[in-house]
Amino acid sequence: MATQILMPALSPTMEEGKLARWLVKEGDVVKSGTILAEIETDKATMEFEAVDEGRIGKLLVAAGSEGVKVNAPIATLLADGEDASAAVTSAAPAAKAEAPKTETPAAAPTAAVAAPAVEIANDPSLPAGTEMVPTTVRIALRDAMAEEMRRDPDVFLMGEEVAQYQGAYKISQGLLEEFGDKRVIDTPITEHGFAGIGIGAAFDGLKPIVEFMTWNFAMQAMDQIINSAAKTRYMSGGQMSCPIVFRGPNGAAARVGAQHSQDYANWYSSVPGLKVIAPYFAADAKGLLKAAIRDPNPVIFLEHEIVYGRTFDVPKMDDFVLPIGKARVVKEGKDVTIVSYSLGVGLTLEAVEKLEAEGISCEIIDLRTLRPLDIDTVIASVKKTNRIVTVENCWPFGSPGTEVASQVVAQAFDYLDAPPGKVTGKDVPMPYANNLEKAALASVDDVIAAVKAVCYRS
Amino acid sequence: MPEPKTAPNIANAEALKKMYEDMLLIRRFEERAGQLYGMGLIGGFCHLYIGQEAVIVGMQAAATPKDQLITAYRDHGHMLACGMSANGVMAELTGREGGYSRGKGGSMHMFSADKKFYGGHGIVGAQVPLGTGLAFANKYRGNDGVCMTYFGDGAANQGQVYESFNMAELWKLPVVYIIENNQYAMGTSVARHSALADFSKRGVSFNIPGIQVDGMDVEAVEAAGKEALSFARSGKGPIILEMKTYRYRGHSMSDPAKYRPKEEAAEVREKRDPIDHFGQKLIQRGVATENDLKEIDTRVKQVVIESADFATTSPEPALAELYTDIVI
Repeated sequence: MATQILMPALSPTMEEGKLARWLVKEGDVVKSGTILAEIETDKATMEFEAVDEGRIGKLLVAAGSEGVKVNAPIATLLADGEDASAAVTSAAPAAKAEAPKTETPAAAPTAAVAAPAVEIANDPSLPAGTEMVPTTVRIALRDAMAEEMRRDPDVFLMGEEVAQYQGAYKISQGLLEEFGDKRVIDTPITEHGFAGIGIGAAFDGLKPIVEFMTWNFAMQAMDQIINSAAKTRYMSGGQMSCPIVFRGPNGAAARVGAQHSQDYANWYSSVPGLKVIAPYFAADAKGLLKAAIRDPNPVIFLEHEIVYGRTFDVPKMDDFVLPIGKARVVKEGKDVTIVSYSLGVGLTLEAVEKLEAEGISCEIIDLRTLRPLDIDTVIASVKKTNRIVTVENCWPFGSPGTEVASQVVAQAFDYLDAPPGKVTGKDVPMPYANNLEKAALASVDDVIAAVKAVCYRS
Repeated sequence: MPEPKTAPNIANAEALKKMYEDMLLIRRFEERAGQLYGMGLIGGFCHLYIGQEAVIVGMQAAATPKDQLITAYRDHGHMLACGMSANGVMAELTGREGGYSRGKGGSMHMFSADKKFYGGHGIVGAQVPLGTGLAFANKYRGNDGVCMTYFGDGAANQGQVYESFNMAELWKLPVVYIIENNQYAMGTSVARHSALADFSKRGVSFNIPGIQVDGMDVEAVEAAGKEALSFARSGKGPIILEMKTYRYRGHSMSDPAKYRPKEEAAEVREKRDPIDHFGQKLIQRGVATENDLKEIDTRVKQVVIESADFATTSPEPALAELYTDIVI
């Protein structure tokens, strides 16, 4: 009986991809290791090998097809003596290629996430009539770095695989070609060392962007980030400056286990001397990364791998820079204030769509910056709605949401009609199993339950 | 043949006397700091440099104004030798407004961008990537400055030192790594903490050359420093200088140094003291007279007394300083 060859997942977060090219044709005999096709994600083009021996029956997906879902049949493989009309087994084992390296979980889903049904308020800081261009967060981050590097020769990028490899997550795509290897620098795998080298260069007035392949690896560099970058201005009585940006994906991607899935929002947000930014939308990613690069302080820029491939409007402006430390009211509402940041905003938008259908009017605040915290925007909203829920994915102990709740209780206690609700990642190391991982992360259902609880609705 | 009554090279004689004076200033300053600590005027940790003076003074004699320096927490000598004021350093030790960090840094955390002194760092070994980064900036800017990165035999066992060595050689960064081997990592002797006691060889697996230097001989330090700085400045990459030196006092003021026999320190002081022996040499060579050295001593004492006076009369920082200089 013929078996199916299925579209492989080439990274932990890949959901679909492009079948760029077939390297076999119908009737070809293949064996284990024969390269069947080239599959393109938004990050890389990878070769896809056969696992089983046989003869190619039918090619089910034409070369050049985009958006081919993972596990969709793409060809049939015939056993000896079968012809192309042979019946196909339904439950063929998927022929899966391995991702190239565990430390470089590849691309996020290529498809743009459908625009949420919730209407998102325009950023009031934009001039009326500004043209908007749909852009992925990935490209927005790249554009921010490229624009700042064009503007200021003291800005440079260093990190693992940022240059020749074009970025482990493709964020630095094309930068080496434009700026050369003096300013786009591949480092050895040595986070503690290159974080310190970046800080030393910043002490001398250069403006490094240090990319961590993920923030999980920055724990190796924690001492330099906190003790050398964050504290030196203070310890020097204001004489020294450390204009540096540390950036990279933060939090859980998908199925990469406890050591690659931590969300560091609460750790860095607790440190005086740092600014901490955690955007969700592409425009914020761009405008705030540009601001971070220009900022004279060390800035922690927390991105999210799941968000890299999402597409949002970015204003078409010559120099779009946003202020650090300003939250944004993403959507106005009157029954409850939901405060979030980073991927939590996406979760919130999904939940709000359902909550509004049930008649609960939600105001959504995207903090965008965690330190300094724009508590005034939150308090103003709570005074209107009298209820608050915070949504985030980091561990609950001392999380930014916990801090928001504490400040709201201290400053607006009399306005609250219910205790603050809190949705976080669960208080466990990230498990690997699919069901356990889902349970460990904040979910849409968690948000809905928390909002209903503070509204005393069931 | 009778020895000449005057020095053969007056210009050099002045430079030699200057080195003597710089070393003596560090010695007297540190003695006074120890005294102020005992009186409760200096708090926290206070790591004295007594015994190691020839290292920083010899290196500064070899350096040019465009070269940077960075070190760990035994840093008072480095600051004085690079021209930072005794008043500002001593007032920082007492935590006063007149200190280099306006009282917010303390003994281990002072900086002078003006003198290209980049600290003053409290975490053992952390200054090594930072100094390598300063060298990176020199190369990026295309100036021909070299960063002199100081660390001790104890710090030489930190992993980030070798991460730095690797990148410094890979990218040919203009950095001189000066390992001040004073024989003890806090209370643990080299024999007890290092598998390889020859620190000049610590760069071998990165192809970084190293030189062992008598760190108690200021002229030997200066000569080696010139050679190393010239090597790094010429684009050949990093180089290591192992300075064989000795600290007379404990690790910090609270360390009685019971881990070594008292005779050991006494013997070094007797036979190899960097200041006494250099003074004798100057007299023997006719560079200076006993009287010249006495005059230097008087001048140095005066500077130190003034610094102690300034450091005890300068007010404590205003309370509003608690919340300044965090971010701007």
